[in-house]
Amino acid sequence: MLTITDLVKVYPTGTKALNGVNLTISEPQVVAVIGSSGAGKSTLIRCVNRLVEPTSGKIMLDDMDITALNRRGLRAARRRMGMIFQEYNLVERLTVMENVLSGRLGYVGFWQAYRRRYPPEDVRAAFEILDRVELSGYQNTRADALSGGQRQRVGIARALMQKPDLLLVDEPTASLDPRTGRQIMRLICELAHERGTPALVNIHDVQLARTFSDRVIGLSDGKIAFDGPPGELSEKVLTMIYGEEDWSTTIRDAEDKSGKPKDDNGISHEAAIG
Amino acid sequence: MSEIPTWEPSRLIRRPILRYGVFSLVVLYVATTLFTMEIDWPRVLTGFSRAGDILARMFPPSFSRWELLAKGVLESVQMALAASFFGMLLAIPLGLCAAVNIAPKPVYLVARAILALSRTFHEVIIAIFFVKIFGFGPLAGVLTLIVASMSFIGKMLAEDVENMNMGQVEAVRATGASFPRLLIYAITPQMLPRYLGVSIYRLDANIRHSTVVGIVGAGGIGQTLAASFSRYDYDFSLAILLTIISLVFLGEFFSNWVRGQLR
Amino acid sequence: MSMRAEEDHPDVWRRYNPRQTLINYAWYVGIVFVAVWSVSKLDIPWFYFLDAHVQAADLFVRMYPPDWAHLGRITDPLIETIHIATLGTAVTFVIAFPIAFLAARNTSPNVATWFVGRFILVTSRSVNTVVWGLIFVAMFGPGPVAGIWAVAARSIGFVGKLIAESIEEIDEGTVAAIEATGASRLQVLLVGVVPQVLPVVFGTIVYRWDINIRESTVLGFVGAGGIGIQLYASINQFAWQQVSVMLIAVLGVVLVSEFVSAVVRKHIT
Repeated sequence: MLTITDLVKVYPTGTKALNGVNLTISEPQVVAVIGSSGAGKSTLIRCVNRLVEPTSGKIMLDDMDITALNRRGLRAARRRMGMIFQEYNLVERLTVMENVLSGRLGYVGFWQAYRRRYPPEDVRAAFEILDRVELSGYQNTRADALSGGQRQRVGIARALMQKPDLLLVDEPTASLDPRTGRQIMRLICELAHERGTPALVNIHDVQLARTFSDRVIGLSDGKIAFDGPPGELSEKVLTMIYGEEDWSTTIRDAEDKSGKPKDDNGISHEAAIG
Repeated sequence: MSEIPTWEPSRLIRRPILRYGVFSLVVLYVATTLFTMEIDWPRVLTGFSRAGDILARMFPPSFSRWELLAKGVLESVQMALAASFFGMLLAIPLGLCAAVNIAPKPVYLVARAILALSRTFHEVIIAIFFVKIFGFGPLAGVLTLIVASMSFIGKMLAEDVENMNMGQVEAVRATGASFPRLLIYAITPQMLPRYLGVSIYRLDANIRHSTVVGIVGAGGIGQTLAASFSRYDYDFSLAILLTIISLVFLGEFFSNWVRGQLR
Repeated sequence: MSMRAEEDHPDVWRRYNPRQTLINYAWYVGIVFVAVWSVSKLDIPWFYFLDAHVQAADLFVRMYPPDWAHLGRITDPLIETIHIATLGTAVTFVIAFPIAFLAARNTSPNVATWFVGRFILVTSRSVNTVVWGLIFVAMFGPGPVAGIWAVAARSIGFVGKLIAESIEEIDEGTVAAIEATGASRLQVLLVGVVPQVLPVVFGTIVYRWDINIRESTVLGFVGAGGIGIQLYASINQFAWQQVSVMLIAVLGVVLVSEFVSAVVRKHIT
C-alpha cells in the first residue's frame, strides 16, 4: 500500500531530518512512529503528502509515485490521504459541519464550496461520521467553542470524510490531557481497523504506542532504528532509539495499563471494553 | 551598616547630562528655526487681531445657502461610500499579493512597492495628479480615496495574512484543496472579521478625507469650503465647518456601531 | 464492540437558516445598491477613462528625466517643511497635555470640564490639517506660522485622545497611595499620573511627528508654507520635470522620518 524508499530530507538550514528511510506498509495496520524530538517523525509524515518536499527518495501509494506528481496530481493524491494534526488545525471560525465537510473540498466546485452546498451523500456521510465520533448535535457549533478532545474528534471526522486510503496522524494526543489522549488514540485505531485503512501515527508517548499500535517504527537521527511489533519494545530497543535511560518503569506501566495481551486484531481488550 | 537608600524620581532619560543636553538642544532648535525661517513677523502679529476679526465675521454661521452646502455634503458622502466600496474590493488582491507567505517573491515585491508609494504621498498630492488626468470634479476625488483606501486596507490585510494560523491552512491543503478553495475555506474565515472592521473604519476615514481633496478641485464639500474662504464668506465657512464636524461625528458613530454589531 | 444501529441521517445541511440567508442577501444587495447609487450620482464622465491611460503615460513621459538642477532650489522649502512639522508637534505637546487631563474621566475635575476637553479633542480631529491650514492662512497670512498652527490644531485631537485614553488606564493603586499621603490634587497628578503616562505621551508625539511630516508636504497648497508651495506652482506651470524631483525628495523625507520615528519609538517603549 505505502512504500517509502531511500527518503532523504535536508532543510534549507542544513538540518538533515531524514537520512535514507525505507518503509513498507502492506496491510491495514496502525503503525506507530516513535523517536525523540527532532528525530524526523513529523518530517517523515509530512513528506508522504508532500506538505514538506522530500529532497530525494521515492514514495509510492499503491502504484502512484507521489514524489513525481505535478501540482494537480498531488492534489488528487492528497485527497486519498487523511491527515490528523497535533494542534487539531480546525478552521476555528467555521462550524463543526463546515470543518468536517472540508474533507470533501477537493471534490466540489468553487461555488459549491463557497456556498457550502455539498452533495447529499457527502452530507449524510458527515452526519454518520459525527455520530461515530460521538459529536452528534454539534454540527452547527463553531470549532472555537469546542474542548480539545472534541476538536480532535472533528479533526478525525474531517480526515475520514476523505474516505482515505491512508491516514497520516501527527502527534494526535500531544495537546490533550492523558485520559482524553487515550480516548482519542483508541478512537483513531478503532476507526482505522473498522475501515481497513492503514495509519501512520507519530507519537512521542511510548506507552500509548505499545498499547494501541500493531507495529512500531523507531526513528533515530533520521533513520529507522527499530521496526517490529510493540511487544518487542525492550529496554535495549528504547535505549537504541532514545538513548540511555531507565526504561523499566515505562515498559512495566504499559503492560499494567493494557492489562491483558492483545487479541488477533491488534486491538487491546481494554480498548474494546471501553 | 547598609547604605542609606537614595530615591531617584523616575525619568525618561536617566543620565542627567543627556537629559539637560536634550532639553537645551530643543530650546536651541526652536530659537534658531524661528529666526531662520522666512516669517513675516508684523503680518503674524496682526494675525491675532485678525483672528478676532474673522471669528466675529464667522458668527453667526450662515446656513442661507444650504442647498449648496447640502449638495457638497452629499457629494462628499457619495465619494466616501463609492471609494470605500471599490477600495475594499481592490484591497483583497493587493493585500494577498503583498503577503510574503502566500505570494511569489516578484509579485510580493511589486505589491509592497505599490503599498509603500501610495502611503507615502499625501492624499492631496495624489488628488492633484488625478485632477490633472481627469479634470476637476468628484471623479478625481473618488479615485484618490480609492487609492488611499486600497493601500490602507491592503496593508492591514497583508499583515493579517502574514500572521495567520498556518496550521489551519496546512490542514485544508492536506485535504487536496486547490488555492482558490484554500482561500475561501481556510484564509477568508481567519481574515473576515478584521477586514470588515478595518473597512468600516476606512469608511469613516474616507468621510474625513473627502472634505479635503476638494481643496485642489477634486469635488465634495472641501471645494465649497475653499471657495468660501477665498471669497471671505466666513459665516458660510463656519456653517460648512460645523457641518463637516457633525458629519465626521456621525460617521464615527456609525462606524463604531457597525463594528460593535460585527463582534 | 457493538455495531451502531443503522440510523437515518439527514442528507441536507445548510450553514444558515432561511432567515439568516435572507439577512445576508439583504446586506449584499444593500451594499451593492449604496455603491451603485453613490457612483451614479457623482456624474462621472466615463469617457474620460477612454484616454486616461494615454494621459497618464503622457504625464510620466513628461516627468522624465527629473530636473536635478531644481534640487538646489527646493532644499530650503524641504527644511521648512520639516520645521513646520516639528514645531507644530512641539506646540501640540504643550497644548494637548493639559487638555488630555481634562478629557480623561478620572482626572477631570467635573463633568463640565470633561465635556469641554472632549469637545476640543473631537473638533480638532474632525477638521483636516489642510482645512485648518485654510483657516490659519486667513488669520496669519501665508507662510510657515499658519502651517505650524494648522499642524498643531489637527494633532491636538489625535495626541490628546491617545493620552486621555492612557490616563484612564493607569494603575489607580499608585494614585490612591499618593492621595493617602495627603498630597494636593496637582501633586497627585505630577507624581502619581504623569510618570505612568509619560512613555505613551512621547511615543504618541513621535508617531504624530512622522504623520505631520507627511501632512506638511501639502500645507503649501493652501499657502501654509513648506515644499507644497513650490510643488503646487510647478504643477500649475506644467513643469513636470521639476515636479518629479520634488516628489522624489518628498518620498525620501517621508521615508527617513518614518524610519527615525520607528527607531525612536522602539527605544522609548
